[in-house]
Amino acid sequence: MATQAKQPLTENPEAVVVRFAGDSGDGMQLTGGQFTLSTALAGNDLATFPDFPAEIRAPQGTLFGVSAFQINFGSREINTAGDAPDVLVAMNPAALKVNLASLKPGGLIIADTGEFSKRNLDKAKYGTNPLEDGSLAKWDVLAFDISALTIEAVKPFGLGNKDALRCKNMWTLGLALWMFDRDRGPLQEWLRQKFRTKPDIADANIAALDAGHAYGETAELSGPLRQVHVDPVASDPGLYRTITGAEAVSLGLVAGAQLAELPMFFGGYPITPASAILHHLARLKEFGVTTFQAEDEIAAICAAIGASYAGSLGVTSSSGPGIALKGEAMGLAIMTELPLVIVNSQRGGPSTGLPTKTEQSDLYQAVYGRNGDAPMPVIACRSPGDAFEVAIEACRIAVEYMTPVMLLTDGYIANAAEPWKVPDPANYTPFPAKFLTEKNGPANDDGEATLLPYKRDEKGARPWIKPGTPDLMHRIGGIEKDALTGNISYDPANHQHMTDLRKGKIDNIAVPDQEVCLGETSGKLAVVGWGSTYGPIHQAVGRARRKGLDVSHIHVRHISPMPANLGDLLRGFDKVLVPEMNTGQFKTVLRDQFLVDAQPLTKTSGQPFTIAELEAAIEGALA
Amino acid sequence: MNAPVKIETTLKDWETDQEVRWCPGCGDYAILKAVQRTLPQLGANPANTCFISGIGCSSRFPYYMETYGFHTIHGRAPAFATGAKLANPDLDIWLVTGDGDGLSIGGNHLMHVLRRNVNMQIMLFNNEIYGLTKGQYSPTSREGTKSPSTPLGSYDHPARPAAFALGAGARFVGRGFDVSKNLPEVLKAAHAHQGAAFIEIFQNCIVYNKDVFDDFAAPKGAEDRQLWLENGKPMLFAKETKGLTLDRDALCLKVVDVVDGDWEAAGVIVHDVTNRSIAHMLVEMPFGPFPMALGVLYDDPRPTFETAAIEERARASEGKDTNLAKLLAKGQTWTVSGTAQDPV
Repeated sequence: MATQAKQPLTENPEAVVVRFAGDSGDGMQLTGGQFTLSTALAGNDLATFPDFPAEIRAPQGTLFGVSAFQINFGSREINTAGDAPDVLVAMNPAALKVNLASLKPGGLIIADTGEFSKRNLDKAKYGTNPLEDGSLAKWDVLAFDISALTIEAVKPFGLGNKDALRCKNMWTLGLALWMFDRDRGPLQEWLRQKFRTKPDIADANIAALDAGHAYGETAELSGPLRQVHVDPVASDPGLYRTITGAEAVSLGLVAGAQLAELPMFFGGYPITPASAILHHLARLKEFGVTTFQAEDEIAAICAAIGASYAGSLGVTSSSGPGIALKGEAMGLAIMTELPLVIVNSQRGGPSTGLPTKTEQSDLYQAVYGRNGDAPMPVIACRSPGDAFEVAIEACRIAVEYMTPVMLLTDGYIANAAEPWKVPDPANYTPFPAKFLTEKNGPANDDGEATLLPYKRDEKGARPWIKPGTPDLMHRIGGIEKDALTGNISYDPANHQHMTDLRKGKIDNIAVPDQEVCLGETSGKLAVVGWGSTYGPIHQAVGRARRKGLDVSHIHVRHISPMPANLGDLLRGFDKVLVPEMNTGQFKTVLRDQFLVDAQPLTKTSGQPFTIAELEAAIEGALA
Repeated sequence: MNAPVKIETTLKDWETDQEVRWCPGCGDYAILKAVQRTLPQLGANPANTCFISGIGCSSRFPYYMETYGFHTIHGRAPAFATGAKLANPDLDIWLVTGDGDGLSIGGNHLMHVLRRNVNMQIMLFNNEIYGLTKGQYSPTSREGTKSPSTPLGSYDHPARPAAFALGAGARFVGRGFDVSKNLPEVLKAAHAHQGAAFIEIFQNCIVYNKDVFDDFAAPKGAEDRQLWLENGKPMLFAKETKGLTLDRDALCLKVVDVVDGDWEAAGVIVHDVTNRSIAHMLVEMPFGPFPMALGVLYDDPRPTFETAAIEERARASEGKDTNLAKLLAKGQTWTVSGTAQDPV
């Protein structure tokens, strides 16, 4: 556990965690995003955690309207957004109150005294002003009137008070850039681009940015504010950019469709946190992408299946409640054996749950959640960059096996950013879709060739036959069909056979063997994760191993079917611990598949695991 | 989109080897034959023709057509058809639905395919009952319909398919009934219409709702009860002894007697298929005091959804780089060489 001793930042730390927090109208997500970019350009490794309310513009100054953006950056490998911030930027009393608990003892609070009015203190339910009552003694506090300083800085541009105050986030960002020794150039350029039709606003924002920077530079500040330098991380040589999970999924789908040599059809319906994928793809039409905002979640998947039927790569995307609505249509895609990719950006559930918070609680829904025996591959990405690879893999499985595939990501991955080594598309093996163009069955009594729409290839996949192809007219549908002709069949033996064929096809999907990502391939404890818990598990296992503990980290991408060696691998460990952000769903699936004594470690607070939580659990399991 | 090439076929070319499984005497048989008779007359190509349906008796239709066919899930056929049409705008799509499939579980999708104006023919077989689930009342059942789920008679107000379609924004609304000899003409007009063409086809369910349309569809006295609309022709029925005129004070239609064939003197209006206001009156016209309006009630095309999608994609792609490697490297990037890093 973290000690209670003060841990102020050194001048040259290995890693720093900064949390920007303010009102949801204060532009904290934008501030965080730009700080992330400057951090990436400075060559640090990083991970971010945007944490914002579901309300678009909650009443100003309220506790539930606080929006925060946390970034962890360093000169070593970074996998999580960090357990506890070293620096908390609090733009108002509510932001301070909501975020204070997580701040490291001795950490630095930067607060805007201009917002600590009686009214705002009341809204944040502070009886007295925390900046003055001594309650912040265990932290360093740097409190000054950022609001007034911003208004002063943008005065020459003649903005009204309200518009002037909107530049506050840039002033604060300027100070942060000074504090961490960053170049302002790219940000100034970005502001000029963003406000190219409103040069006054661009100039005012740049002036605020520069003023914040200058404040750090020139103010004779004794005490806590000083410059901190974080060295660049040693990375593989190559070209880098930052990427969020939603961007990576979108780009991976575009790449996957190209590798399949297919146009892509994306059917979506607005839902948090999945909409970002629809937004990204809607701007990529030149890559053969058609996006369709349907009337509802059901229509979105049905249109995607209709497009796959007609010869495109159908894709749909949603989050838990929307995925539930799509269930029946998934069954039809399974029954008619058409390729389809379904992206599930999980969020807190059940029902509407926590739309903007993260959870991994749709695993049962993905693996088991359909009527009938309806086997469907499920794969999960573990980080924003990994989402690119997993999206390509989903397209590959869908096309090669003529099946819908569910790709699990979550709100944390979707919104979080990390540096990404830009891949070269030439390094991926294409998997071009094959369409049937001639009859594939034996000659009939009249000596004419016949068509068998359900005759399978060596992978168990049926042929893909595009409507419009001469002489291959046939009918498909959701009713059980004959194993070869595809004609309606209620024959008992045929249904048994078809059920077996559908299951066998999915069970036999070629899945790479499971690797151990940290530690030995057998031993006392395996920590087995999937999805976005990768970062904290990896860090926690790494720390435990440095303490000499016998623990390994296994992270599973292929949830269904699972890698063939996974059962034996798990049986090589005395204990198996499965941390996940649900009530133990993957634990159940592992037990179901391998009869191993997988033990759950669960969390459903809408927040990712901290490294400390996992470290404690590892130590507990090995005690 | 390519202009379709007309090819020669016969009715036989459109029949599958599958045994038709509707109840003997079902109106669906007549509709099937009407469609199979119409397609050769259109010069349609079976390989380019695709029947897409939902769930219900009517939705078994694709299995009996020697074309491409997709029997999907309950109520969602319009969404599948929209996706298929966007993926391949050259496909000639016929959507088959019923009163339960199209107006109950699938009402939402039917509304949106009509308002979007996706180019396809939508045949709604209206038998005012759930057949395949054994006779429950449907959204088009008349008030007081006794059924297993309404043993004392239904009390909800029925939906009117043609009025629904027009209200949803349909640019083509046609009507016919299963055994009508004029049905192929309505189908042909629907096919000629570029955009979503909605056809309500009254269909006799011989088992659960027998002869429910006899009051206008029965051959005896049909002339008095059926008004077959023709573009540019006066709205006459009952052997041209009656017609429809516009009551200009009440802003509604009115039946007038036509003496000695002088319909102009009687003020009978001439059917203009592009007149949306009159179309609204025709679909609202209560049967009984008025005849049943049949034929093409409204036909006024406007640009289709898939054309707009194609045009938008072309515009959005103009001058854009389609190199994937460049797309992946978009935005602010930096290069790592050894340990030194330089923004690029």
